[in-house]
This record gives sequence, C-alpha cells and structure tokens, in this order.
Amino acid sequence: MSSTADPSTPATQVASLPQRTNVKRRAAKEPLLDRIIELLLFLAGVSSVAITLGIAGTLVFESLAFFREVSLVQFFTDHLWTPLFADPHFGIMPLVSGTLVTTGVALLIALPLGTIIAIYLSEFAPAGLREGIKPLLELLSAVPTVVYGYFALQLVSPLVQKIVPGTPAFNMLSAGIVMGIMIVPYVSSLSEDALRAVPMLLREGAYALGANRLITAVKVVYPAAISGIASAYILGISRAIGETMIVAIAAGTQPNLTLDPREGAATITAFIVQASLGDNPHDSIGYKSIFAAGLVLFLITLSINIFGHWLRKRFREAY
Amino acid sequence: MNAERTAITHADPASTPKVSPRVVGPFKAEVRDVNFYYGQFHALKNVSMPFVDKRVTALIGPSGCGKTTLLRCFNRMHDLYPGNRYEGEIILHPDQINIISPKVEPLEMRMRIGMVFQKPNPFSKSIFENVAFGLRLQGETNRRVLADKVEAALKSAAIWDETKDRLQKGARDLSGGQQQRLCIARAIATEPEILLFDEPTSALDPIATSRIEDLIDSLRGRFTILIVTHNLQQAGRIADYTALMYKGELVEMDKTVAMFEKPSFKLTEDYLTGRFG
Ligand SMILES: Nc1ncnc2c1ncn2[C@@H]1O[C@H](COP(=O)(O)OP(=O)(O)OP(=O)(O)O)[C@@H](O)[C@H]1O
Ligand SMILES: [Mg+2]
Repeated sequence: MSSTADPSTPATQVASLPQRTNVKRRAAKEPLLDRIIELLLFLAGVSSVAITLGIAGTLVFESLAFFREVSLVQFFTDHLWTPLFADPHFGIMPLVSGTLVTTGVALLIALPLGTIIAIYLSEFAPAGLREGIKPLLELLSAVPTVVYGYFALQLVSPLVQKIVPGTPAFNMLSAGIVMGIMIVPYVSSLSEDALRAVPMLLREGAYALGANRLITAVKVVYPAAISGIASAYILGISRAIGETMIVAIAAGTQPNLTLDPREGAATITAFIVQASLGDNPHDSIGYKSIFAAGLVLFLITLSINIFGHWLRKRFREAY
Repeated sequence: MNAERTAITHADPASTPKVSPRVVGPFKAEVRDVNFYYGQFHALKNVSMPFVDKRVTALIGPSGCGKTTLLRCFNRMHDLYPGNRYEGEIILHPDQINIISPKVEPLEMRMRIGMVFQKPNPFSKSIFENVAFGLRLQGETNRRVLADKVEAALKSAAIWDETKDRLQKGARDLSGGQQQRLCIARAIATEPEILLFDEPTSALDPIATSRIEDLIDSLRGRFTILIVTHNLQQAGRIADYTALMYKGELVEMDKTVAMFEKPSFKLTEDYLTGRFG
C-alpha cells in the first residue's frame, strides 16, 4: 500500500502510514461479537440521554401549551393555585413555598444529623461498631416512603400538636421532620465515605500540633472532605425536593402560600400526584398545569445539581 | 561484616561506646534504654543516645531500621494507634520530663515538640490559618498577636515573600516545595523545643530540597532538630551530629564530620561506603 507513496509525500504522513494499517488490521480481526456488544453499549448510553431529552422535551412542550393560556406574570404573582377549580387560579408560588418549607425543615434535621453521624462513624467509632451501624442506617432508606408518610401523620403529627397547640393534623413540620429522618442515611453514608478518604497524613499533621480528636475531625478532616460532603448535601436536597408520598400524606394537598411550617400546604410533587390521579382531559388546562408544575420542579432540581457540580469542581481536593 | 574483621580494622565493639565522647552537652533530650513494640514486633532495641541542645542531629540507616519509629516516640505519635508500647525513657531537659511515660499527656508533648512529615500535608485552609493552627490550639485569640506570629514564622521558614500577598488563599494551591516550607512555618510558629523532620525532602525536586536544607541550616541555634534522612550527603551538609541505626539498634553516634571521616565501627563504614542499605 505504501509502496506507491510519492517520494514528495511529507515525512509525517509517511510515518503515520504503517500505524494506520495496524489499526485497520486489528479492527478487522476483532470478533463480530465484540463489535455487537460495543454497539449495544453505545445504544444504551445514547438511550439514557435520549430519554432525558425526551422527558425534558415533553415537559417544555406541554408547558408551552400551558403558557399560551396563562401569562408568566400571573404564574409567578398569583397567590392562589386552583387549576382544577371552576374559577381557576394559576399562581405557582403556593406550591413552591410548600416545597421550600418542607425541604427546609427536612434539611435542618438531615444535614446536621447526617454530618454528625458521618463524623462519628468515620473519626470516632471503633471499626466493629461502624460495621454494625452502617447497615442499620441503610435500612432506614429501604423503608417505603408511604410508611414514612403514615408514620408522620399518625405518630409525629399528634406529638407536634401536643408541643405546639393549635397545629392542624396536616402540617409541613411533621412531614419535614420525617422526611429529614428518611434522608439522614443518604447524607451520612456519602459524607462518611468522603471523610474516610481524607489521608491519615493530614490527621497526623493536626495531632502533631497538639489537636485532639474532635478538633482534628471538625477543623481539619471535615474541610478536607468538603467537596464530597457537598455532593452528599446536594443529594439530600434533591431527595427532599423530589419526595412525594410523605408530603402528600402528612402535609396535605391544599396549596397554601405560607412560610409557616406549622401550617399544612401542598408541595409541587403533592399537586402532581393529586392531579395525575384525577381524570383531566388531555387538552384541559388542568392537565397542562401538571406539566408546568413539573417543569418548575425540574428547573429547581436542575439548578441545584448544577450548583453542586460547580461546588464540587471548585473545592475538589487531590491527594 | 564478620566479627573478626571488625576486631582487626576497628576498635573492639564491646569496649567502644556507641555514642562517641565527642558528643557533649548541653543536651536537650536523652534517650535511655528505649524499647518500642508495634504489637509483637520489637522495633527499637535498647536505644540510648543524647541530642545536643540547639543542634541538628541526623538519623540515618537502611530502610526499616527504626528511624521513623524513634522520631515518632518524641511526640508520642505512636499513642494514636492501638497495640503500640514504649519502654525506657526519653528525658526532656531542663524539665527532666520522661516524654514516653504513660503519666505524661501526649497532647502536651505534641504542643512542645513540632513535626514536619515526609510529604507536605497542609490543611485545606488558608495559608494564614495553617500557620495559626498551632497557636490557636494553644489558646491564642488576639488577632494582632496571631498576625505577628504567623508573619514571623513565615519569615523564618523563608516563605514570606511568596505568601505575603496571598495569606487568605488556600494553602493547597502552593507548589510542593512551598507547601513543605509552609508546614515548617506551621511547626515553628509555636516555638517548639524540639523539631522533628522525617525525610522532609524525599518528595521534592533538587532545587526545593536545597531550599529546605538552607532553611534547616538557618534554624540551627534556635531549635533542637532531629532529622531522618536517607541521603548521606544531606546528613553531611546539615547535621552537626549523626546517628546510624540498624535493625532497631543504634550502631554509632558521633559528630558528623568525625563519623564520615573515620567511623568507629565496621558496620558504619560499610553503610557509609554504600556496601549495604
Ligand atoms: N505500624 C507498624 N506496625 C508494625 N510494624 C511497623 C509499623 N511501622 C513500622 N513497622 C516496622 O518497624 C520497623 C521500623 O520501621 P520504621 O518506619 O521506623 O523504619 P525507617 O527506618 O523509618 O524506614 P524507612 O527509611 O523506610 O522510612 C520496620 O521493620 C517496619 O516494618
Ligand atoms: Mg521512615
């Protein structure tokens, strides 16, 4: 093949010729099965991207239909969300506030508790105890969320009503607390991995200056693991925002523009599940409002994930 | 290495002291009959030697001979791991405290004895907070005092010029050599009585290495320094005294110049001429 090469061919091209033939020969020898498997893997990869794009596309498409009938101004400023009523209002803010308050309560519980558990397991617990506690924690995340929902309504809510008199049975506080408990293992497990990945050398540096275990854990190991811990927090936040059953059962399905966790309020997810269960004709505004609410949820989660990605890059530590 | 040749070419090992009479006080610390065990493993065997006040002493010897183990006795690092056991005494002068006594608080010893590790290990904090870490641990809260001491330590560690405009920036963005000098600044900020260096240049290039050597040289007279090194030239350049260890025992300790010119023991000569290790 190269015997016909023109002597004036640039040297680089000549040099690259034998290499190219090598590659071709190897490709030809590759068994057919390998190439089929490679193709299947490629298709699997592409399909996940395609499915994501498909979902996002549907959300946007149906939402556009919604926004042809409802203005953005109304969507963001109306204080009521009653798309299924005879006199419909389309203000998303009551659902957003419900989502933010329940998520906020959950995070107030899950982030500190998850972090403390992670620090304890990674820096203080003897190996035997750690191996015992970890599976127990992971069991927490195996409990179906509907069980958590009834736990919140039947056990936590009466307790909350006793401590804070005048609280209704459906309230965001109970839902948030139980959601926080549910998220703890997500936060603690990933955080613990991040803490344990911090090299011993760094801890010894702190001990050598006279630091005790607590100061070493909090002031040296925790900051060194912050990138991984941030991922754990982001996962916890995403789980809280997307959680449906617990809030639908325990916080109620009544949209309510308030930041008071003692009140009941529907979240975006609770509305979606409620509206999806009813039978709305596909061209009704009620049906389209499901997608508009879904799009808002998608955008919130997306921006948190982008923020988390940025945070991880910003604080990435290499050892 | 056999006994007969040793007897012919060198002084009788039984009657020659391991620590040469040239090693004279004042001493900052004295190791007396120290044995150390990692669980069942006997890592230091009856080690006895003094460390001259405000001078640099190098610990040399083949890999696994116990240099790091001895060094880490001084700041009780072995207490961090279960199963480790000390025997004997390391007397810290002038207080006459036995550093390795179970009655002595490891945290107190670590505040009084600084350490620089083989690999630079700055914390994920600002340059300033790295150096201030030991000061804060010792209860210093006055911002003015902290700032002054941090500056003084960075100057002593010959890294002030490179860091003075970026004290609030992350320490992990510095180069390897700069990080190691920062770790030295962190160790000396609290004015420890003894400074321990465990092969502080083994992770650095020749230029960064020579800067660290110059720095250690400049700290002579201010601190009592123990440095573990694999590099005989390095010991020759910076150490006033050198101790050779072998299989957990002290072979010989002498003034560096004297030992390098005329070792008393055959084993030392073999090691210095590269016949083993
Ligand atoms: N944590 C440990 N547990 C058990 N044995 C250990 C431990 N650390 C060190 N040793 C053993 O103790 C002996 C002395 O080790 P040490 O680290 O003090 O050697 P060293 O002289 O510093 O060697 P190097 O020059 O390679 O750093 C070695 O035989 C080593 O295998
Ligand atoms: Mg060593």
